[in-house]
This record gives sequence, C-alpha cells and structure tokens, in this order.
Amino acid sequence: MTDTGTVAITVSVNGVAHTREVEPRLLLSDFLRHKLGLTGTHVGCEHGVCGACTVLLDGYSARSCLTLAVQVDGCTIETVESQGTQDALGPIQAAFRDHHALQCGYCTPGFIMTVADLLEHHPLENDEDIREALSGNICRCTGYQNIVAAVRELAKARGPLT
Amino acid sequence: MKPAPFAYVAATSVQHAIEALAAAGGDGKIIAGGQSLMPMLNFRLVRPSVLVDINRIPGLDRIEDTGKMLRIGALVRHRLTASDPLIAHHVPVLHEAMNHVAHHTVRNRGTFCGSLCHADPAAEMPMMALLLDAVVEITGPAGTRHLPVREFLVASLTTDLAPDELVTAVEIAKPAPGTGWGFAEFARRHGDYALACVAALVESRDGAACNVRIAAMGIGDTALRLSAAEAALEGSGFSDEEITRAVSALRDEIEPMSDLSGSADYRRHLAGELARNVLGEAWRRAAPEVPA
Ligand SMILES: Cc1cc2nc3c(=O)[nH]c(=O)nc-3n(C[C@H](O)[C@H](O)[C@H](O)COP(=O)(O)OP(=O)(O)OC[C@H]3O[C@@H](n4cnc5c(N)ncnc54)[C@H](O)[C@@H]3O)c2cc1C
Ligand code: FES
Ligand code: FES
Repeated sequence: MTDTGTVAITVSVNGVAHTREVEPRLLLSDFLRHKLGLTGTHVGCEHGVCGACTVLLDGYSARSCLTLAVQVDGCTIETVESQGTQDALGPIQAAFRDHHALQCGYCTPGFIMTVADLLEHHPLENDEDIREALSGNICRCTGYQNIVAAVRELAKARGPLT
Repeated sequence: MKPAPFAYVAATSVQHAIEALAAAGGDGKIIAGGQSLMPMLNFRLVRPSVLVDINRIPGLDRIEDTGKMLRIGALVRHRLTASDPLIAHHVPVLHEAMNHVAHHTVRNRGTFCGSLCHADPAAEMPMMALLLDAVVEITGPAGTRHLPVREFLVASLTTDLAPDELVTAVEIAKPAPGTGWGFAEFARRHGDYALACVAALVESRDGAACNVRIAAMGIGDTALRLSAAEAALEGSGFSDEEITRAVSALRDEIEPMSDLSGSADYRRHLAGELARNVLGEAWRRAAPEVPA
C-alpha cells in the first residue's frame, strides 16, 4: 500500500541548486555529506543533543540530523562551506581562529553555523547571554571560554540588533 | 541510528493530513518540528509506515487573540511562543517558561502543539498547558472536538489522540488582569530537561487568594496539577505558615521516582522548595482587585 520509493527534491545549498532522488528516510545530514559530498557538516549524536550537524535552513539554524532531506525540497540550506575557504576565511571562522576557539575541530562547523544564526537574530548582549545562546552545542576540547571570546568579539563588531 | 523506511506525505491541508493518516490504517505519524520524533525515528523506537508532514499546511503558524482566549496554531514554533507580544502581555508566566525550553536551534523548529502530543513528563509545555487549563483543538475524520488538556494528557508519552486525528491548535484562556504568577525550575544546565519545575497563578480578592493554580513536572509520570496544595491556599492570605502548610500538602501528594539525576526524596524536597519560592513570587505579583 505504501510507497517508500525515492522522491525527487531540489534544494539550494550554499547558493547552488541540486536535484537528487532521495529515500524519504534520508537525513539532511547524510544528504549533505553522502549525496553532495559536503563533509563539512559533522555528525555526532544523531539525536539533536550535540549540535555538530547544525546548518541554516531558510536562514535559521536547524539540526540536520533531525531534518529529513525530503522536507527541505525547495528550501535554502547553508552549511559551513558557505562561510569561507581555507585561503579566505569568513569573519566567524577568522574570529574562531584568532581566539583559538577550536582544538580538534569536530564541533566547529556546528558552532560556526549556530553563530551565523545568532549574529542575525540574537541580542548577545553579555557573556551570560552568549553562553546561553551557545548552550545547545557541545565541545569536548576547548572548555568554551575561547568560543565565548570569539562570539563576544563578533557581537561587538556587529553592534546591537536593529 | 537511521530511520527504518517509510512513505512520506507532505500534507497541503488539514483535510489532506487526516486522509493520509486514515489511509495509513493506524500506522501513520504526524511530523511537526521533528525535535522529539526524529530522535525516536533515528533510534527506531517508532517505525511508522507513513510520515505525514504538516509543515507546509498554511495558516497553522499563528498565535491569535480571539477575545477571551489566545489560540496557538499547530505550527507555532517555540521561538515564536517565546517572543510573541500577546503571550508576554497576557500570559507572562508562559513567556517566562518558554525561556527554559531547550536551546536556540531546537526552538527554531519545535512546536508547542508537538510538545503536547509528545507528552514528555519532563517537558515544560504540557505542564504549562495544565496550569493554564488549556483546551486542545483536535481535528479528525468526524470533525473537530475540543478537549481540556487534563483529559488530553493520559500518561507519560500517551495522549487521548486517535491515530487518524491531529491537533490543530491549543487555546489558552487569558488569566484575569492582575493575576500573580511565579515560575521556577531546576536543571543541571540551562535549556536541559529540568529535574523539577513548579509554576503557579493566583488572584487576590480583598487580600484573600482565589483561583490558586499550581502545576509541576519532573516529579511523576506526567506533569501534574497539585490540587491538595491549591485547596490549602484557596481563600488564605498567603502567610508564611499558610505557604508552609501548602508545601507539605504538595510533598504528600506527589510520588517522584528515583533516577540517575536524583532520588525520590531529593526531588520531593526540591519540588517543595521551588513551590515555596514560586508561591511567594506569585502572591507578591497578585495585584489587589481595583473596585469598579
Ligand atoms: C536537544 C534537545 C533539547 C530539548 N530540550 C527540551 C526542554 O528543555 N524542554 C522541552 O519541553 N522540550 C525540549 N525538547 C523537545 C522539544 O521541545 C520538541 O520540539 C517538542 O517536544 C516536540 O515538538 P515538535 O514540534 O518537534 O514535535 P515532533 O517531534 O514533530 O512530534 C512529536 C510527537 O508529537 C506528534 N505530533 C506533533 N505535532 C502533532 C500534531 N499537530 N497533531 C498530532 N500529533 C502531532 C508526532 O507524531 C510525534 O509523536 C528538546 C529537544 C531536543 C532535541
Ligand atoms: S548530530 Fe545532530 S545534534 Fe548531534
Ligand atoms: S574543538 Fe574538539 S570538540 Fe570542540
């Protein structure tokens, strides 16, 4: 009775439209990594807890492990690859490097994309605010101090939300 | 850690969603924000044959003022509930509670109604809906019915919803102007599920408490209204002794469980102390009624 066969979807990822046949059960995280070869998006827990897989979905952060690829047909996705290249780091990446806000780097793509959303939508008025805003992302290396410092600088450069 | 195969229907209307659920013959599942369902699919704790996505149904993403009530549609995300000026103005206790729900990214997707349907005993929204005597609007093949949330929430992860029904909205009666409120929860980390949480509403009529409402979670199989503690305070002047009596009534009426995060005794103690603070706070905020 039910058809679990593939579905064609078209998704804009980092400004490029991709059309693919996907199984309904394919996670967006696996779509990005396995179908598009965009391995910048990391996968830690696959149940929404670690934040490593965070991407922007129509401009707002979303867990790609808690989103199905079929659900984003017609949507706009941005991954860490949208933020810059090794030779030309984007501002969030540069702030992370300057503040030594990463060690092993596993959590970093998720933090970068979370911060991309926060800089657009969150007041980030003080450190407490910044820590709370980052509380959905887990880092096992840095102890968070330097990540908070990087975000503090980015928030200062941005100024108050308009 | 990957879902089992299922068919996928992107519903375009409430009717379409109900038909897709009916066609699935009891083996369909609605997906709203996916923030509770996707982990369960990934762990294969649920294996529906059909997933019915309601995210593209127009008109469900609004909070509306219908006069006496606020109506929260099925696609209202936590982000909106937490920032909506109508909620902040009319139901400040809910505004406060929403600040404690999950993390920024999860709030972008998760929905109020989805949380009610998931009925997690440690989630804020079912508890707040109980506190506010919310009414759930349910639509199915036979039409629309309205059910008090007390009857909707049956047990941990269990609601009164039939397999071919969906929740289209939840309605919250605006508390009377001047209603005092308090909210407190204890979690290991901000945004994590709480060990215990208590919220209260109270009105003051000539210095006597009326309409005392107290709800709690983290202390039982479901969120609870604490009717013994409510009764102990109804008509009182909220003196320290009266609050202490209500706190012991509360400790007697709950049956918390021991788990890795805390023993039953610890949770009972914690719930009582949270209640003491919350009740004091609510009474301080309860404005005496202004005679007309
Ligand atoms: C890391 C993390 C931390 C979290 N922390 C908290 C927290 O601190 N407090 C808290 O309260 N919650 C927390 N949550 C859960 C979050 O609030 C969920 O968004 C919410 O519980 C479910 O809403 P949803 O829209 O995502 O529902 P979904 O996951 O889409 O669905 C949940 C269930 O409800 C059913 N359903 C959904 N909508 C409907 C509908 N309209 N009609 C009929 N059935 C429906 C689905 O079939 C499913 O069974 C957390 C989640 C994560 C991943
Ligand atoms: S992999 Fe998605 S939150 Fe951990
Ligand atoms: S840098 Fe290693 S987990 Fe964050």
